[in-house]
Amino acid sequence: MHELSITRNIVAIVSARANGARVTRVTLEIGQLSAVVPDAIRFCFDVVAKGTVLEGAQLDVIEIPGRGRCRNCGREIALGQLIERCDCGSLDLVRLSGEELFIKEMVTV
Amino acid sequence: MDLGPSREGDDPQGHHHDHDQGHDHGPDQVHVDGKTIPLHEAVLAKNDRLAERNRGWLRARHIVALNLVSSPGSGKTTLLERTIRDLKEEIPIHVIEGDQETVHDAERIRRTGCPVVQINTGAGCHLEAEMVARGLAHLAPPPRSFVMIENVGNLVCPALFDLGEQAKVAILSVTEGEDKALKYPHLFRAARVMLLNKIDLLPHLRFDVERCLEHARAVNPRLDIFLVSALSGNGMEDWYGWLRRQVRSGESAGLC
Repeated sequence: MHELSITRNIVAIVSARANGARVTRVTLEIGQLSAVVPDAIRFCFDVVAKGTVLEGAQLDVIEIPGRGRCRNCGREIALGQLIERCDCGSLDLVRLSGEELFIKEMVTV
Repeated sequence: MDLGPSREGDDPQGHHHDHDQGHDHGPDQVHVDGKTIPLHEAVLAKNDRLAERNRGWLRARHIVALNLVSSPGSGKTTLLERTIRDLKEEIPIHVIEGDQETVHDAERIRRTGCPVVQINTGAGCHLEAEMVARGLAHLAPPPRSFVMIENVGNLVCPALFDLGEQAKVAILSVTEGEDKALKYPHLFRAARVMLLNKIDLLPHLRFDVERCLEHARAVNPRLDIFLVSALSGNGMEDWYGWLRRQVRSGESAGLC
């Protein structure tokens, strides 16, 4: 359950940046290969946000699909999981996206 | 919630994810009503910064720190006990023990005569860089020593949290599945070394070693792999050889 610790980081970062303003929405970008489960973040968020300027804020998660480029044939392919085999047979892939773990933006009132 | 802010500007070194900061927003824009404020902050930036600080602290003292990761019951503590005893005259080892509860493992390590500090993570399933910083301050390891950080038994979370170590060492035992590396690729990809432990039990098990190694190499072709039994001592000399190489090649060795 590293999502609890990750959610605490999110709430701490957003609270600091909000500078006392109430936050009504937070948008995250989570890569599908990041080993972070969006539902688990949502589960933790309400609890962790309680008593902070984020209490009651809506949490939006943009999931970013994994993409990689094969070092052998140069083709760009979708990565459904961390270890994927290219059609050419190679496992040597450069990950281009899918490992993101960012706070994209917040809305304050 | 008192976790400390992660404001831009706190970090003199910056962070590779922070490239968008500083030109499309600022503290003066934060109070605009109903305004969408772009943040583009890496969620784990604070841990990454503290890990870099640990790494710098260790490097300045030529201390090799290893982050030992595995599932519960893989034999991490037994492996550590044997390593400490066998290398006692050669390499000074200090230990940071991470567990959710109890000081049992720290007591086992203490009986080897090695300085140890126990960190209980409570609900936390992994160690974080800040806990290791406290552990290092408490242990005060001397220059040119080793610090073994025994992470909480868990194959998922420790992969995400850099502690400032030179290398992660994944320990897998033959009583677990051959396909562990495929099931938990994040961790085996982050590791520099894999120790396949409890090989003394192989005659009693249906465990295909070659297949296990094949899976591990598919996940991470650069893995250094050693087959060991911390109980019988079989194969441990190869692992010690790797440790000695880290000492010999000093601070530049094993950087991951």
